[in-house]
Amino acid sequence: MSAVTTPAHPAPSRDSGGINVKLVNRIVIYGLLALFALFYLMPLFVMLVTSFKTMDEIQNGNMLSLPKAPTFEPWLKAWGQTCVGLTCAGIKGYFWNSIKMVVPAVIISTLLGALNGYVLTKWRFRGHTLVFGLMLFACFIPFQSVLLPMATILGSLGRFGVTLQNSVGTSFGLGNPTVNLVFVHVVYGIGFTTLFFRNYYEAFPTELVKAAQVDGASFFQIFRRIMLPNSMPIFVVTVIYQFTNIWNDFLFASAYAGTGDAMPMTVALNNVVNTSTGVVEYNVNMAAAMIAALPTLLVYVLAGRYFVRGLMAGAVKG
Amino acid sequence: MSTVATSQIKLTPEDTRPRATMRSRLQDALPKIVLAPSFAITIVFVYGFILWTIYLSFTNSKTFPSYAITGGRAYQRLWNWTFDTDPPSSWYTSITNMGIFGFLYIAICLALGLFLAILLDQKIRGEGVLRPIYLYPMALSFIVTGVAWKWFLDPGLGLEQTLHQWGWTSFHFDWIKNKDFVIYTVVIAGVWQASGFIMAMFLAGLRGIDGEIMKAAQIDGATTFQLYRRIVIPLLRPIFLSAFIVLAHLAIKSYDLVVALTSGGPGGSAWLPSNFMYEYTFKRNEMAVGSASAVIMLMTIVAIIVPYLYSELREKPR
Repeated sequence: MSAVTTPAHPAPSRDSGGINVKLVNRIVIYGLLALFALFYLMPLFVMLVTSFKTMDEIQNGNMLSLPKAPTFEPWLKAWGQTCVGLTCAGIKGYFWNSIKMVVPAVIISTLLGALNGYVLTKWRFRGHTLVFGLMLFACFIPFQSVLLPMATILGSLGRFGVTLQNSVGTSFGLGNPTVNLVFVHVVYGIGFTTLFFRNYYEAFPTELVKAAQVDGASFFQIFRRIMLPNSMPIFVVTVIYQFTNIWNDFLFASAYAGTGDAMPMTVALNNVVNTSTGVVEYNVNMAAAMIAALPTLLVYVLAGRYFVRGLMAGAVKG
Repeated sequence: MSTVATSQIKLTPEDTRPRATMRSRLQDALPKIVLAPSFAITIVFVYGFILWTIYLSFTNSKTFPSYAITGGRAYQRLWNWTFDTDPPSSWYTSITNMGIFGFLYIAICLALGLFLAILLDQKIRGEGVLRPIYLYPMALSFIVTGVAWKWFLDPGLGLEQTLHQWGWTSFHFDWIKNKDFVIYTVVIAGVWQASGFIMAMFLAGLRGIDGEIMKAAQIDGATTFQLYRRIVIPLLRPIFLSAFIVLAHLAIKSYDLVVALTSGGPGGSAWLPSNFMYEYTFKRNEMAVGSASAVIMLMTIVAIIVPYLYSELREKPR
């Protein structure tokens, strides 16, 4: 169609009509994009403004309006006083539980992933694809299919820990819910960390490793001196990915530390929100949710690009 | 591998013979020794546990595991529940929900993701601001953002209330309280969470398309619509596949979404198979039935993931 019309009146129709159409197009595109931005931001916005409102204002005001007299009270209450189940000491303890669980789990799973990726790309052996394939598939299983056996094993380890405690005086962390969760997250995280490092090291020049071998460098020397100094970006990606996933985990947390003082943040938050005794304090709930979101949100704001790269690495290239 | 072995032996001539071979043998085995713990962990805690779960699904375990095989009774019950729907069973509800949720979630995320990616690809000013806004839901736990969604969808508090205040008093939106519609609220929240990520995948794909092809098509007089329908979207086929795999896998694993948004919905009407498994295994003391449902979930994932991983890993040694 345009092939017919363009030669007939070449310049004028393109310019006069073209600019208007183009402008309208731009307005529509920007309008749609802005609309969707509002859609994505809405829950966060509601959480944020509500967490600074008084209960009075929430009950009588509009959900989307800004707080008239911003108050920090809900945040303080969520942190130090709100009830999680029957204990009313705020969510601060659970926040630290999550930190205590996340930090070791991230460090261990990332280091193991780095070593595995190094072996699987630079020290290949017969069957390395099969080994990698088996580890990779483990990333995708629904965790429901291992939930129960793991609960059984953790239960027996816990009983063994009690025996040790009584006979030797220390349980070596057996039966401690935080230790259990670290273990679980390492076990079901190494698939992903191995994937990340393997794909990254795949592109790393093997000639450098070969040259170092000829010079007599050992397995670990090559890893420490050649691989590690060049692995910063993938370390950032992996750490962020693992941090976000483990911090946000709910299934394992509720299955293996669903009650008691060792609950991670997500489980505690879910309990706070679903506590149905007395008046529901929406502002405190929202503040608690914001506190639970802050660590991952902060990481996302500071290093979102790396987070997206991690998501993509887990998705696009198997 | 063989080259590594010979170079190691040549490099240690001054050592005495037996020690040299010992050491070089150790050096040769070292990569495998390093990889072994992770591999062993995967074999035991992923594949071993899966077998264990499969085994349990053929027993009549209730509150505690029992190890006498009693045949496929658990599967028979699930099967009957699927088709004898007279009082609609939880399993029937779960798999029907899975169908509705899976289909809508995947279809809407793909459509919306592609649409947003195409809009964002029109040389938009402020893309760097918009992209992270579309993507942040993926960085937060749904246990967190579910708090806001639950509030937003609650007829007495959220959207309905707000629109009433703004004067649209006939507006009605109580899906979250309606057992026939509650699953659609899960779809809304799920799409909100994952569509930004799918957008990022498509955007990466669009950026990878050769600009020359687009230019050539434009010179030939293709309209923008034709350009996308005939050229760009067919070129994005691999991304569609990856996105589909990611979404299908996320859909089957969805668990927190239902818990945080609906706490299971009225009478368990929002359950997905993942919730069914958790409830039956840990709360209703029907371990065998829970295990059988986990096995069915796993098989569904296997059917989707294994062919994909196989083709991805095959492609590598081209």
